[in-house]
Amino acid sequence: MLAYFTQHLLSFSVWTPILSGIAVLFTANDHKPNVTRWLALAGGILAFLVAIPLYTQFNFADGGFQFQEGFSWIPAFNINYHLGVDGIAIPLILLTSFTTVIVIISAWEVIEKRVAQYMACFLIMSGLMVGVFCALDAILYYVFWEAMLIPLFLAIGIWGGPNRVYATIKFFLYTLLGSLLMLVAFIYLYLKTGSFELMDYYRLPLPLTAQVLIFLAFFVAFAVKVPMWPVHTWLPDAHVEAPTGGSVVLAAIALKLGGYSFLRFAMPIAPDAAHYLSGFMITLSLIAIVYIALVALAQKDMKKLIAYSSISHMGFVTLGFFIFNNLGLEGAVVQMVSHGFISAAMFLCVGVLYDRVHSRQIEAYGGVANTMPVFAAFAVFFAMANSGLPATSGFVGEFMVILGAIQANFWYAFLASTTLIFGAAYTLWMIKRVFYGEIANANVAALKDLNKREFLILATLALLVLALGVYPQPLTDMTNASVTQLLSLLAQSKLPVGL
Amino acid sequence: MENIRYDLITALPELFIVCMAMFILLADLFLKASNRIYIYGLSQATLLAAAYLTFSNHAPSVSYAFTDAFVDDAMSDVLKLMIYLGTSLIFVYSRQYLQLRNMFRGEFYALVLFAVVGMMIMVSGQNMLTLYMGLELLSLSLYALVALDRDNARATEAAMKYFVLGALASGMLLYGMSMIYGMTGSLNIADINHALMGETKNHAVLILGLVFIVSGLAFKLGAVPFQMWVPDVYEGSPTAVTLLISSVPKLAAFAFVIRLLVQALPTLAVDWQQMLMIMAVLSIVIGNITAIAQTNLKRMLAYSTISHIGFILYGLMSASINGFVYAMFYVVSYVLMTLAGFGIILLLSRKGFEAENLEDLKGLNQRSPWVAFLMMIVMFSMAGVPPTLGFYAKFSVLQAALQAGYLWLVVFAVLMAVVGAFYYLRVIKLMYFDEPADLKPIDAPLDMRIILSVNALALLVIGLMPQSLMELCIYAVTRSLS
Repeated sequence: MLAYFTQHLLSFSVWTPILSGIAVLFTANDHKPNVTRWLALAGGILAFLVAIPLYTQFNFADGGFQFQEGFSWIPAFNINYHLGVDGIAIPLILLTSFTTVIVIISAWEVIEKRVAQYMACFLIMSGLMVGVFCALDAILYYVFWEAMLIPLFLAIGIWGGPNRVYATIKFFLYTLLGSLLMLVAFIYLYLKTGSFELMDYYRLPLPLTAQVLIFLAFFVAFAVKVPMWPVHTWLPDAHVEAPTGGSVVLAAIALKLGGYSFLRFAMPIAPDAAHYLSGFMITLSLIAIVYIALVALAQKDMKKLIAYSSISHMGFVTLGFFIFNNLGLEGAVVQMVSHGFISAAMFLCVGVLYDRVHSRQIEAYGGVANTMPVFAAFAVFFAMANSGLPATSGFVGEFMVILGAIQANFWYAFLASTTLIFGAAYTLWMIKRVFYGEIANANVAALKDLNKREFLILATLALLVLALGVYPQPLTDMTNASVTQLLSLLAQSKLPVGL
Repeated sequence: MENIRYDLITALPELFIVCMAMFILLADLFLKASNRIYIYGLSQATLLAAAYLTFSNHAPSVSYAFTDAFVDDAMSDVLKLMIYLGTSLIFVYSRQYLQLRNMFRGEFYALVLFAVVGMMIMVSGQNMLTLYMGLELLSLSLYALVALDRDNARATEAAMKYFVLGALASGMLLYGMSMIYGMTGSLNIADINHALMGETKNHAVLILGLVFIVSGLAFKLGAVPFQMWVPDVYEGSPTAVTLLISSVPKLAAFAFVIRLLVQALPTLAVDWQQMLMIMAVLSIVIGNITAIAQTNLKRMLAYSTISHIGFILYGLMSASINGFVYAMFYVVSYVLMTLAGFGIILLLSRKGFEAENLEDLKGLNQRSPWVAFLMMIVMFSMAGVPPTLGFYAKFSVLQAALQAGYLWLVVFAVLMAVVGAFYYLRVIKLMYFDEPADLKPIDAPLDMRIILSVNALALLVIGLMPQSLMELCIYAVTRSLS
């Protein structure tokens, strides 16, 4: 039994949350929601525990895919159920499982209608996202990638804010458009290689035109998900309307799917196109970093502000990818994990306020620190982390990417570093208006400080942000070998010889 | 003598169903209204027995009967079994609907069985006249079925429209066939193919005949620009009949296209490929874009059918064995999806109430989470979102088209699929995000609930494991065409 478990670690990580989600659906009874809640929590924790051996049994020296397993799934198309992870995927898988637990706890008393469906949505989504991070077969990956849209679509649409229908349909169609082009690219690659195996794609020589077209198809799919400027407009809408759990999952994990997929698919399959288009990608990243940070400065809605801040931070991730050096890539991976924690925490903070006052507008608040001192301490801490204060995880990733960028080109680094100023400006300005000053109105005066549940999740996240900021070594050790291997893959031209 | 016996055995399922349909028509005269349920049972038993006959007669080899006018091959057997299955589901889904609307009569069952025979002949026809006869038997039964509720003005109008346009299409088809006959001197599929090998001097006449044949086929399939009848007939017919028109006849139409274009006229492939290509692209565009503007669920599904036909044509226009396999896979998936979709509409209808507007689905998740979940699977499957069957259907036909070199048409099709996703999502939005307007509990017989659930869940289960269905299609097509 134990041997079976260790041989199928990834399958367990994928299917435990999905099956517990389905089990939760069968406890649908809104009069006794606690059964559902505890069952969902048990499922979420179990899923996290199942994923932990991925870290403990990982071979740090090996940059290839580990824990591989698979069988032939649809022989008619040569599609395999093939799972495997490297050092880049594992941190993101752990992040996913962990965030799901946080989401379940954060929804505890907040979600009152259709609790079972809510919990099931997030558990199933968690399994599907883990699937995206470990699929090594293109169609398997695509199935997870697309299927994951369904629960998120429902979560935003059912439990979201007043304009939720617009936001969720926009989100779905935007993502679907990108994914379908990616599917065309996969079919093209299949016709070339006769297989949907990622490894076969890595080895396939392709002329530059084909590479550029493939890269662009992937680009549409992943840039929408990251999201990169100018296809980012669905994200603020989706964030504003999503319930807190939806925002957390979107920011902490869903965006990483796009970043991760660049590393796993677009860049190694079309390395020459990636180099060829790197100027374009870097420009888009820098626009996201600088311009979107300025947009964030102008926001009146807290969730929108954090959403724009997410886009700006994800700009760092894509910048790190396309400067093609060790420091930049590794920094980008650290930035993805760190942003997962910080943005989740920021959205949870807004959720705490929203649950009490039912407003996300900055102007509805003022002087919250007077009535909620403990909460204010957390919020200020996360705001500092978001603006990249040293000793928080936000600093590590950004700093590494900036160092990498200097190696590539001074001006990239210069423009990217402006975010340390802008980021601090929009975050701290929001904190100042919401938390400091006189108590603005009766709503704020009546606020109660954090309850135990909220304290628990914020404290956990704060510890993680701090730990990763002070001692990022476990994470970088994990990614190191894989990043080196990826870079060597990217350095090899795949153009057919003689062209 | 020996020959006739062999012929009769080859066509045994058809003969059996014809006899049973006539028996049902007679028996109905002697039954009291309260005993009509026996007619229902008898019809189901007929389908079951026919399935047994087809299955036990099945051989992987190809056998001809009636001086080569009729063929029994793997494709015909597989499609016939699908037709029985689909028709049997139609009987289950429509029973209560018909009972509540005073349409639960012997004629319905006899006509549907005649339509089934028509489809079977279309599937097995190996001679242009046999094929035409099958088509007419199917069409005439359908015209009568649309007008079954004869006091309903809307249904009568739909039937009239269907009849006039259908007759026109049949005429075109026949005219095209006569031209091909004039050029080749034969009506037999294999002989036509043989006669056209190396034939170049009469190309223009052949193309003219081909144009008429393709137009007639497009009419019957409901492909743009011959789609005008589809929405009106879907909307006007009683939903039970819409369920029939929209589903199993497409299986027969698929075989019809294969027999006429692929088996008889492969030498003209370059020409009909272009025609199918234009129709495929137009169908996907018009179907998907017009569906957005609909408020009537049946009309919306009609336009959705048109767009699905477009995707099926993508498979056919590739003119490769793979393309035909995937087109067949798409047709079978489409039939399963449509049966479940219209089945749910029938499930939501009550006495004096037709659930046919999109609004009627509002808040379904709160009335019945299970039915809403089933409908959600159907909608995602129609939109082609994994892990449902509809995804593999789209995936495979697009793959065939890409293999045939139609890269930009494929890109165009996926863009249109995104447009299509919008109106399927709207259905889900109504069910899940809106508050219910109508709180009446859903009242439906248990057998219907169970079978409908199995039908809709099959879309998910086959979507997770599409291999066996795909193998079945590969088996059917490769055995019959190579």
